[in-house]
This record gives sequence, structure tokens and C-alpha cells, in this order.
Amino acid sequence: MKSSYLIIAIISIIGLSVISLFTGVSDISLSSLWGDPHMRDIFFISRVPRTVALLLAGSAMSVAGLIMQLLTQNRFVEPSLAGTTQSASLGLLIIMIFVPSASIVTKMIVASLFAMAGTLLFMIILRKIVLKSALIVPLVGIMLGSVISAITIFIAMHYDLLQSLGAWVSGGDFSGVIQGRYELLWLVGLLTLLACWVADSFTVAGMGREFATNVGLNYRRIMLIGLSVIAVVSGIIIVVVGALPFLGLIVPNLISLMMGDNIRKTIPWVCLMGGGLVLLCDIIGRIIRYPFEIPASTILGVIGAVIFLFLLINQSRHAKN
Amino acid sequence: MQKIKEHSRLSSIKLSPKQRIGLLLFLVAVIMTLFMTINLGNNLHYILVRRGYILFTMVIVAFAASISTVLFQSVTNNRILTPSLMGFEALFILIQTLIVFFYSGTSSYWLFNIIKFIGESCLLVAFSVLLYRWLFSSVHFNINLILMIGIVLGTLFRSAATLLQRLLDPNEFSVLQSRMFATFTKTTPELIWFSALVVFFFGFILWRKRYLFDVLALGRSHAINLGVDYRRTVTTTLLLVSILVAVSTALVGPLTFLGLMVANLAYLLAGSCQHRYILPTAFLLAVIALIGGQLILEYGLHMAGSLSVVLEFIGGIFFIYLVLKRF
Repeated sequence: MKSSYLIIAIISIIGLSVISLFTGVSDISLSSLWGDPHMRDIFFISRVPRTVALLLAGSAMSVAGLIMQLLTQNRFVEPSLAGTTQSASLGLLIIMIFVPSASIVTKMIVASLFAMAGTLLFMIILRKIVLKSALIVPLVGIMLGSVISAITIFIAMHYDLLQSLGAWVSGGDFSGVIQGRYELLWLVGLLTLLACWVADSFTVAGMGREFATNVGLNYRRIMLIGLSVIAVVSGIIIVVVGALPFLGLIVPNLISLMMGDNIRKTIPWVCLMGGGLVLLCDIIGRIIRYPFEIPASTILGVIGAVIFLFLLINQSRHAKN
Repeated sequence: MQKIKEHSRLSSIKLSPKQRIGLLLFLVAVIMTLFMTINLGNNLHYILVRRGYILFTMVIVAFAASISTVLFQSVTNNRILTPSLMGFEALFILIQTLIVFFYSGTSSYWLFNIIKFIGESCLLVAFSVLLYRWLFSSVHFNINLILMIGIVLGTLFRSAATLLQRLLDPNEFSVLQSRMFATFTKTTPELIWFSALVVFFFGFILWRKRYLFDVLALGRSHAINLGVDYRRTVTTTLLLVSILVAVSTALVGPLTFLGLMVANLAYLLAGSCQHRYILPTAFLLAVIALIGGQLILEYGLHMAGSLSVVLEFIGGIFFIYLVLKRF
């Protein structure tokens, strides 16, 4: 039963990928791909990297959200709702100001470090909240995020970098993804695989420090691994494509609504659905204002907010009954 | 944060609410004089008129933000929710975008036109009253959930507006994007005068009901017991609050945290919980925050035009502090 669903899901991802490969301003068909070397260039320099980048970024961001939810024991948290994404953009801005010629790898490292620091700050503030209502946690995260982005905007205004910063931060724009500019995302894919590998440990760590230590888990180490995965994934994605709002929140929640909470079983689904959703948003963004493109994150913002609202209201009904 | 500390020291001084308001009035007068007279150049007439308009805009915005927040908090019986946090401003921007999207399709989006403005405000008011009445009348929603829904609704409205703006005209998108930060210098005189008229007219209506709000602030069941037509009063108040927010947003753009800060500071500093003291205190504090903030930025730090960002920064920290203190 479940395996037939999995096959359907994989087939639809492949279908979406094919649509993504053949959608765009230059009209590429199978026959021209065979005969025309120019078309072949466009295909392999732009279309293929873009599709791969969409899948990798989407699934990585969803898994990062899932890990964050496990570690904070809160369903309504994800990197952009905990100051992580905003800190990564701050890091990116700082490196843009002080070392404008920095390589993409340096940018990525600095952004990831900032993301790590921001996430740690969030976790420290969380410890201070004594009575944890499920919704106070994301509220604090949202506000922390807006404080950090206010700092970022202030600095950017001062150095007159607001426009180039906007391109990154409000980004989620895959139109600039071409060969040579996305390869770091493979690293993100690798991290996602690593996260899938140790998924069970995250589940146990999510039960709390005492429990995890009792069953023989190195709690500090697994927390550190989780935080690093979240930070590096957010850092790289900010540098390569820009922020992807709500993704890490809605995908794990929808999957858990449909299939329960056994992480080992659900994590492949989180990957698939995350990649598929971003792919779908990007295709919509390419079609609705043809020949102009609308960033995937803009579409995702609308769809994501609607789904999030649905989840919130749904959860409150459950709590009531 | 420095400012907050200073004020809390102030709150321990024994002064009657009226004396406190007098003190704030004095401060406002000093700050306004400073703002008008500092660094006057050669072209005296031009500079004075220009500064006068900026000052007037700030006073209107301070009035709208402070009054709407205090009343919203009294009606919803809480001190953390504000119209801005609940997405009122984002809703206004979305409605403006929608109207342009469906009717003119040109880039006259921010160009001011009073009839268009009235139409938009009516739409906003109708829509927000429906939406927020639904939110607040569902008894099983707790305050955290409502706040969360409000913030997400705000995000939704903003994203939808962005999407529509992009569909509208990709080439002019960057121009629109600059409107996402509040500015006090780009409004036209007729818009300022019209807004002043609207704001102070509704302000007067609200001021006449100041004792009613004292009763409402006691909470739903007390208010009903004391003979208030609860449903009707809440609806009219939400309606007036939406109008004030609409005017302020149309005038300068979104200012998320101003209302939250001044309302909470006003409870701290007014020395009384009666609305006849709270409302003026919050208003004067908002004026001080806006003009004083602008003065410090412009002449202290030599950075013009980023006041809204600084307010966002201080306001965000203030909000985290409020949440942590409360829970």
C-alpha cells in the first residue's frame, strides 16, 4: 500500500522535473535538443542545474525544518521562524561589505556561522521561557527574526546595499541558477542524507535531555549535529538561491498529519514533498507571467501562509476536542 | 532600551496623571522646537514649510498609531496584540494593490487620490471588521493562537500583495518595493490635510466615548454586566481603529511596533488606567518617539530616513521582553 504511494509520488516528481526542464523562454523540444547544439547548451547550462537546484534546496529546507521541530519539541518552528535565515542574511551582508570579492564558499561559511549563532541565541532565549505555550516559541522566533533583519536592513541602508541585499533575502529566485553557481547545493543534499541517516537520534533527542541521556544518547553531540545541519543548510541556500519561507514548516507538518510521526518512515516523504513543492512553485512562477519570471519564494509565501493558517486552526480544533 | 529604563524611573516619581501629561507636553514642545530650529540654512521659508509638513505628518501618524493601539487593546482585553501585529496594515496594502490590479492596471498605485482612498478605506474597514470579529468571537481561540493567526495573516497579505505587484509590472516593482519602509518625507500637502481632518474627526468621536472604554477594558463579561451593548461597541471600535490605521498607512507606510511600544509605555507612565489619561499619554509618547528618534538619527548619527527600521529594531526587542515577562 505505502510502497504504491511512494511510486506515485516519485512518478509525479519526475513528471514535474520534466515539465521544469521544458518550461522557459527558449522553446526547447526533444528534437531540437537532439539536433541543435545551441539548444543543448541552454538545456545543460540552465535548465538541468535549475531543476536539480530546486529539488535539492526544497528537500534540504524541509528536512532542516523537521530537525528543528524535533530539537525544539515544537511543531511550529522552522529556520525562517527562528532567526536562522535572517542571521544567515546578516552574515552574507557583512561579508559583502568587508570582503566584496569573497568567493562563494567563503560567503557560504560566513552565512552558516551567522546562522548557527542566530539559532543558538534563539535556543538560549527559549530556555528562559518557563511556561512554554506551543505558540509562544514561534512568536519569539518571529520577533527575533525581525530584530535581526532590522539590523541587516539598517546596515544595508547605511552602505547603500539595500537593493543587492533584497535580491538575496527576499529571493528564493532560481532564475539565476546556472551551471557553476549551484554545485554547493550538492553538499546540502549530502547533509540531508546524513540527517536522514541519524533521524532516529533526533527523535530521541526530541524527547528531552534526561530521556535521551538515559537511553544512552550523547545529547550534546546530537544537538550540535542538528544545529550544524540546520545552519549550514540555511546558510548555503541563502547564498545560492535566497530564502524559502514556510517550507520547513508546512512540509513536515502535512506529512505528519498524513502519515504519523515515525521519522524514519516519514523523512523520505519530507524530502520528496519538499522538493516537489518548490519545483511546483517555480513552474507556476515561470508560467503565470510569461515571459517574465516570478520567484518561487513569492508563490511559496502565499501558498505556505494559507497552509500554515489551516494547520493552526486545525490544531486548535484538535486541542479543543 | 535606554529610553525605557529612563521612563520607568520616571514612573516612580509621585506626580498626578495630569502633571505627568503636562510634563510630556513640555517635552513635546521642546522637541518640536528643536526639530524646527536646528541647522537652519539660508532658504528659511522653504525649510520651515517642509519641516512643518514633516512634523505635522508625524503628529498625525503618532495620533493614529497610539489611539488605535490603545483602543484595540482595551477592546480585545490584552496588552500584546496591536492592529499592526494583526496584519491591518498589510491588509490595507493588499487591498490597494488589488484595486489597482483589477481596475486601472496602471502604475498610479501610490499616487494619491482622495476618492480612491475613501473607497479603499471602506473596503478595508468592512473586510477587517468581518475578519477580526470572527477571530475574536471564536471563544476557544486563545490569545497566542489569535496573535499567531494575525501574524500569519499579515504575512499572507504581504506575500499576496507582492505577488500581485509582480504580476502588475515587473519593471516598476523596484519602485514599489521602496514603499515597504515607512517614510515621513514623501507625502503631499493635500494628503496630509485630508488625513488630519479624518484622524482628528474620528479622534474626537473616540474621545467622547473615553469612559465607555474604561468599562470595556474590564473584559467582556464585566462590560456586559454593566450594561454595555458589547457586540455593537466592539464592532464600532474595530471600525474606527481600522480607519485610523488605514489613514496612517496611506500616509507613511507600515510602522509595525510604534503602537505596541507607546501603548505599553503609556500604561507604565500614565499613573492611571483611565482612558482619559492613557490616550493622551500614549499620543504624546508616540510624538516624542517619532520626532525624538528622527532628531537623534539625523543629527546624532547622521543617518536620515531609517527611522522605521530603528523603531522595528527597538520594538522587536521590546516585544520579546514583553512576551518573556508575561509567560
